[in-house]
Amino acid sequence: MKIVVCIKQVPDTTEIKIDPVTGTLIRDGVPSIMNPDDKSGLEMALQLKDEKGAHVTVITMGPPQADLILREAYAMGVDRAIHLTDRKFAGADTLATSHALAGALRKIDFDLLITGRQAIDGDTAQVGPQIAEHLDLPQVSYLEDLKFDGDKTFTMKRHIEDGYQMLEVEAPCVVTVLSSANTPRYMNVGGIVDAYQKEVEVWGFNEIEVDEKDLGLKGSPTSVHKAFARGLKPAGELYEVGTDEAVGIIIKKLKEKFILN
Amino acid sequence: MNFSLTKEQELFQQMIKDFAENEVKPLAAEVDDLERFPVETVEKMAKIGIMGIPIPKQYGGAGGTNVMYSMAVEELSAVCATTGVIVSAHTSLCAAPILEYGTEAQKQKYLPKLASGEWIGAFGLTEPNAGTDAAGQQTTAVEDGDNYIINGSKIFITNAEFAHVYVILAMTDKSQGTRGITAFIIEKGTPGFSIGKKEKKMGIRGSATCELVFENCIVPKENMLGKLSKGFGIAMKTLDGGRIGIAAQALGIAQGAIDETVKYVKERKQFGRPISAFQNTQFQLADMNTKTEASRMLVRKAAYKKDAKLPYSVDAAMAKLYAAETAMEVTNKAVQLHGGYGYTREYPVERMMRDAKITEIYEGTSEVQRMVISANMLK
Repeated sequence: MKIVVCIKQVPDTTEIKIDPVTGTLIRDGVPSIMNPDDKSGLEMALQLKDEKGAHVTVITMGPPQADLILREAYAMGVDRAIHLTDRKFAGADTLATSHALAGALRKIDFDLLITGRQAIDGDTAQVGPQIAEHLDLPQVSYLEDLKFDGDKTFTMKRHIEDGYQMLEVEAPCVVTVLSSANTPRYMNVGGIVDAYQKEVEVWGFNEIEVDEKDLGLKGSPTSVHKAFARGLKPAGELYEVGTDEAVGIIIKKLKEKFILN
Repeated sequence: MNFSLTKEQELFQQMIKDFAENEVKPLAAEVDDLERFPVETVEKMAKIGIMGIPIPKQYGGAGGTNVMYSMAVEELSAVCATTGVIVSAHTSLCAAPILEYGTEAQKQKYLPKLASGEWIGAFGLTEPNAGTDAAGQQTTAVEDGDNYIINGSKIFITNAEFAHVYVILAMTDKSQGTRGITAFIIEKGTPGFSIGKKEKKMGIRGSATCELVFENCIVPKENMLGKLSKGFGIAMKTLDGGRIGIAAQALGIAQGAIDETVKYVKERKQFGRPISAFQNTQFQLADMNTKTEASRMLVRKAAYKKDAKLPYSVDAAMAKLYAAETAMEVTNKAVQLHGGYGYTREYPVERMMRDAKITEIYEGTSEVQRMVISANMLK
């Protein structure tokens, strides 16, 4: 089985602080990490490799420093790493990004394409489904679990708002994975030692199959109207009272806000 | 000259910090409190290659460097000094001398199991009457056909209870003093070999420190490590390498105490201000950090020289001396800055101060390090 996993380098948003004066993000010293949902997608692929045997490729689109997460993927156990990078890709929104990735994926043979549900820097959850549309492949989003019958059918557990869906899907297909699906493995020390000895294939516009007008800023219909930091919530009111009185106060407050009638 | 980590080392540091924070730190207080050897942590470390970092790939190791190994011991010790010393004794005192002095057959037999973490390693030199005076060995090994018969005991042996393979030193010719000592590889379960009393210690309480007892212990001749009568040199060289590990452990303890203290002084308020706003706190922190960073430079330099196959004995002695004394000083200040809370087990700096003390004692006391350093100056 051949698996491709799309991964993205993101700022570790748990480490980001807001400048209290200017209201802007303080990006200095914020580490870059492999997006958590993508890492779980990669773990899912590596578990399939461990259990059934598979060839796992990772691909990322990003600036030269995104090389780091491809090395990390090598140290976790992938077989091939592709870095999509070209000035023509710069300024891409989700649509232009998915066009570039789909352009690269047309050049790769695979049975299963895995992406994370969404990236913690944008939280759109659009790129995975868009790739599936461009490639005209069946897609299953919000995956918690996936089993392979060893031939061509996947059994999938999909998390939906009020429960789960169990699905059977034939290869090739696209899935997007939740970080709750698994706990990704650590990089292996021997894998780290080898990670920089291995080749990362660098692909630009000329290596992929895509229409140039669909790329970069030109291919991005999204425009940011305004960005602002949300104000801090005021301190709450603290009551030190018994249970009965507390319930009374909560009900009164909920009625004031018209949450209860 | 370049003080930056390589990309590979940066990646390694990212992994080991994550591992220490998520897998090791949560157990540190319990391991100390219950004097419990963290078997599950060793299994996790084994799975990802931490038990064989500087062992070449051909013997099942990760094929990494001593710099990486020292970074691992540092990061593990920053959250749990017990875990740090388990890795250090296993790697530096058991796997390393087998790699350095073992025959090809010995390397093939022991290294893959040690490097994969399937087996844990230990080292036995110290005896009740032979500590710093290592030449005063009383354990004897007498030739008997194809075997050696070993009698005596070793004390304060790290990993003892949980190890599967031990590098031990014994007198093969008492009349020759240090030139009559020979090294042997002894496996758990060898007839006549048993584990004696377990020590109750001030710090590193999760590491199993026990006595090794040899009563007519029969060891095949093929288990001799290195040549007959060359054991003292093997022990001294092994301890040179071990000192990089212990220096890294001390460095980690100091860094861990700083990390805890920085967090605490920002939260703790007295006189209406966080105590980080007081100049005394700031100056103490500055001194703690400067000395710890200096320790780090010494540790990395010694490890680098070992990797580069340069003489590193004095560098390792300086690194251990300075890092150990810094760990003691920094943890003492960390407890002071925590005030009364720092004296309780509610905060980890109490444990760190207890853990720090041993780094001034084992694998050569600070006094021994001063002897090594000055002897090199005055030769």
